[in-house]
Formats: sequence, C-alpha cells, structure tokens
Amino acid sequence: MSEAAPPQTRPGARTGARTVEIDHHAINFGPQHPAAHGVLRLILEMDGEVVERADPHIGLLHRGTEKLIEHKTYIQAVPYFDRLDYVSPMCQEHAFALATEKLLGVDVPERGKWIRTLFAEITRVLNHLLNVTTYALDVGAITPSLWGFEEREKLLEFHEAASGARLHANYFRPGGVSRDLPAGLTEKIASWAETFPTFIDELEELLTTNRIWMQRTVDIGVISAEDALAWGFSGPCLRASGVPWDLRRAQPYDMYDQVDFAVAVGRNGDCYDRYLVRIGEMRESVKIIRQCLAKMRPGPVKVQDRKFTPPTRAEMKRSMEALIHHFKLYTEGFHVPAGATYTVVEAPKGEFGVYLVADGTNRPYRCKIRATGFSFLQALEALARRHMLADTVAIIGSLDIVFGEIDR
Amino acid sequence: MSQQADRIAALQRELAALSGIRASAIEKGELVAHAERDGLVALMTALRDDPRFLFSQMMDICGVDWPERGERFDVVYNLLSVALNQRLRVIVTTDEATPVPSVHGVWPAATWWEREAWDLFGIVFSGQPDLRRILTDYGFEGHPMRKDFPLTGHVEVRYDEDRKSVVYEPVKLVQDFRNFDFISPWEGITTLPGDEKVHEEREE
Repeated sequence: MSEAAPPQTRPGARTGARTVEIDHHAINFGPQHPAAHGVLRLILEMDGEVVERADPHIGLLHRGTEKLIEHKTYIQAVPYFDRLDYVSPMCQEHAFALATEKLLGVDVPERGKWIRTLFAEITRVLNHLLNVTTYALDVGAITPSLWGFEEREKLLEFHEAASGARLHANYFRPGGVSRDLPAGLTEKIASWAETFPTFIDELEELLTTNRIWMQRTVDIGVISAEDALAWGFSGPCLRASGVPWDLRRAQPYDMYDQVDFAVAVGRNGDCYDRYLVRIGEMRESVKIIRQCLAKMRPGPVKVQDRKFTPPTRAEMKRSMEALIHHFKLYTEGFHVPAGATYTVVEAPKGEFGVYLVADGTNRPYRCKIRATGFSFLQALEALARRHMLADTVAIIGSLDIVFGEIDR
Repeated sequence: MSQQADRIAALQRELAALSGIRASAIEKGELVAHAERDGLVALMTALRDDPRFLFSQMMDICGVDWPERGERFDVVYNLLSVALNQRLRVIVTTDEATPVPSVHGVWPAATWWEREAWDLFGIVFSGQPDLRRILTDYGFEGHPMRKDFPLTGHVEVRYDEDRKSVVYEPVKLVQDFRNFDFISPWEGITTLPGDEKVHEEREE
C-alpha cells in the first residue's frame, strides 16, 4: 500500500518538498517455506525490501513433550529427547541422563562416560554438517549439501551400529549407555576421523573464501557480545560474538575435563563468523573423538546396580532375580528421590538444559526443557531489523534453528 | 570439586546480604534462592549488575505447578554468570491471579520465556507488554501444563470435508486413557486390600 499524501494537504508543507513514497506492507514468511527450517511462521513488516519488524510465530510443531514426560517413567522419557532437536539427538539425551543421575546420585563407569563423550562429539559433527550445508543451500549453494549429506550418512551409520537407530537413538540412558559398542566400530570411527579433516578442507574450499558466500554473510546479522549475552545466546552463536564460553570447558561433564581441545571463537558476531566457528568446532570435535578412542578401555558401560539398569539377556535366562529386576524396571521403572536440578550440556547448538523436579515417584514431576534455539529465534527481531529480506534467510540459517526443539 | 563448593558457599553468603531474598540453600551443588515477589525487578537488576554476581544471562524461566499449595505456582529463573562461571536459581511463588513483575527490562530474553509461562501455566507477568500465547494453537483455551489439565486436552482437531474447514470437537477416545498406578505395594500402601478390618482393629 502506498501512503503518499499530496504535499499541499500536509500542514506546514512547503512547496517544492519531495514526495516520499512509502511502500509499507506485511508478508507472511512460512510456515511452509524451505528456508524457514521447518515450520517457522514469520510475519515480516517490510519497507520495500527492507525488514522493519520480524515477528516469529512458533508452536506449529508443539507436541506437549513436557506434559507427556510427566506421564512417563524416567526410562520412557528418554526417547522424547531424540525427537526434540532431531539433528543432534544424543546430546539431548545426555542432558536428561545427567540430570537423572544427579538426582539418583549414581556414577557412571568410565567406559560409559567415554562412549558418551565420543558420541556427543559425533553428534556435534552431525549437527554442524547439516547446519553449515543447509545454510549454504539457503544462500544459494547446492554442492555443500550434497557433499555434506554423504558424510553425515557415514556418521549416522555409527549411530546405527551403536544404538540400532540412525536418528532416534535412545542410547544415552540414566546410568550409562544402553549397550556397549559392537566389535569393530571403534576402528571404523578411527579411520573416518583420519579422512574427515580432508573433507572439512574441501568444504571450506567451496565456501570460506567464496565471493558470493562472503557477500551474503559478512557483516550480516551482527550481534555484539553484550547483546548476545542479554538475549540469552549460547554455543557457537555466542562464541561468534567473541565470548569464549564453552560449557565443555567451563563446567565439564563426563570426560570433557580429560580431553584436550581448543574453543573456536569468532570476533564480529556476524553470519560469517557463526559459520567459521562451526567449521572450527568440527575440527576440534575430530580431535576429541581421536582422544576418546585412544583413552577408552574395556569395562562396564552402565551402572551395575540392577535397580537402575537392566540385566543382560543371558543372566535373565538363569536368574529369577534378574528376571524380576527386568520386569520391574520396564513396568514401574525406578523411583527418584525428591529434589530438583538444572543440568546443562553443551549441545551443538548451545546450552541445552533440563530442569528436572522429582517428587519421589517413578515419574518426573516436572521436566522443563531449555531449548537452545528458543532464545536465538527470539533475537531474530533484533538481528533482522533493517536488513533485506534475503538477508533474513541467511540470518535464520546461521542461527541453526530446529523446530522440534523450539516448539517442544 | 571442593574448590567449586567453596565458591558456591561464598556466593551464598554474598546473596544473603541482598534484600528481597527470603532464603537460600545449596541443593545438589546448585545454589537456589527463594525471593520475594514484590522487589523482584530490583533484585534481578542487582544480580545482573553487582560485580559480586554479574549474572549477565537469563537462561530460562519456567513454571512449576503445585495445585495443593496456597500459592500454587513456582516461577523458576535460571541465571548464568559467564564472568564468574556461576549459576543461580531464583524461585518466586504466585497464584493464578497475582502477577509477577516482568524482568524483560533486565534481560530482553525474558519476554518469550514469560510468554511461555503465561501460555502453559497461566502465570501473569505485570509490565510485560507482549503477553501473547506462544506455543499453543491460535485461539487455544486453558493452560495445558497445569496439573489439572488432562493429558489428552479438551478438543481435537480435524479437517471436515463437508464444511471445507478445520473443525474442533471434544476429545473422543476409542480406548480409555490408561494410567497405571505404579506406587509399589511394598512402599506406598500400608493397608493391603482385603485386610482393612484387621488394620482398623489394630488402630483402635
């Protein structure tokens, strides 16, 4: 709608004043748009092709995960975490497993912790590969996604070998991991870790100094360190603004205090730096994966207390007690002593937290999921203001948003 | 590890001096403070700006429903200090009608979390200009995370071919919702079924 009033009707208007055409309109971006990364509905108030105000409408994928978890036992709640951020399933199970273990007061055996650290890093690479390549796809580069998805497939095979499922792993359980790694898997992961840095180099050749890529991302969606903190940013998006904050380093869990890695930090807080931080993190993840493989020793992978973890099949064939334990565990589950904890992990996207309130029964009284992307998407209004419409797409891509997690 | 425990204990002592803190405790290595509802914004501003705390990040706000209590809702604020590497959980209580002062002026990130708490629990935040629903459907009624809200909800939605529109209808379940009572007879029940008389006599 054009809102050009004739100059003579305006009070105090001088003759010869320029008439300014204001082209003000609102557009509906999504929920079915490939660059909306799922079901984002974005109401954009536009001034020509410039975004004046962005109002994200979320909740189109709301499934009531928190409510459902209140009606499930602690073990039954784990698979819901795979379905939140379906790009990095195991890292979210990790947060829930750690929270439950904290309330139970159990300590996972060393091998279990190493396997978790290993797979948390594999999941990180999995997530960053998807994000970087689809982000490039949004901006117009198709090749990275074709290459990246091939590499992702190799990693998903490791997921499948360990847990039995490519995506919905249900692998990290309270008390450890559901089962030990199959024979030969560590060798496969080790040989993958040898070749993967070359792949990152090839990916960087496509993007890092690509002129179109840089024009679309450098100085786009800049957020300062103070603003990033105030908007509740975490993970790569916070580090891209120059805050060297990594929960794996600052508040280490499982075996992160025993591995050596660098924290990738950006400087400008723009879309390009967010991309660079993710590339840097993938390189560091490979280092952590190698160290996990080198330091891992044979041993139990879960707590040996049969009140929390099931006995083996073979044991159940002989021992009546083992059979009873198995039955009790998969019907009633275990009772968690009353208490509350806010436990966080450094998920690939940033701080993923679980605020778990137990009331002494076999079900969580309240399980609040602190979704990482929730705060990123909230800041979209500040990030996208006075940017072009096409830049909004680049910003959404750089924030690494997955709606399974935001809408819960 | 003990060094970390000392730092949290020191933080707790500093916290006790602040006005508006009713009680504080260290639960499972996490510092938890119960705060007064009225002076909340001043308290939160102090927690953000005071060099002893520097809680520059508001990571999460959530509600917890305790229907049997007088003020049934807990509003839980999870704060993070990047500079000091500390976390703090601030809890205030409220009921359905009493508003909690909004902290969106202290941390802009609070807006959506407050909208979520309003949407899911019906907790009102005073001074919050944008208190729309956020996660539930357009035109949704009720607050689904309350304990008295059924898991199935009250309405179900489908596309009606005749009316050519989406229609909302009361929930009809083909099979009753199965809610197993897992309170173990070895732990919960003191009177066994069929033994009631014996127990009555015993009490007398």
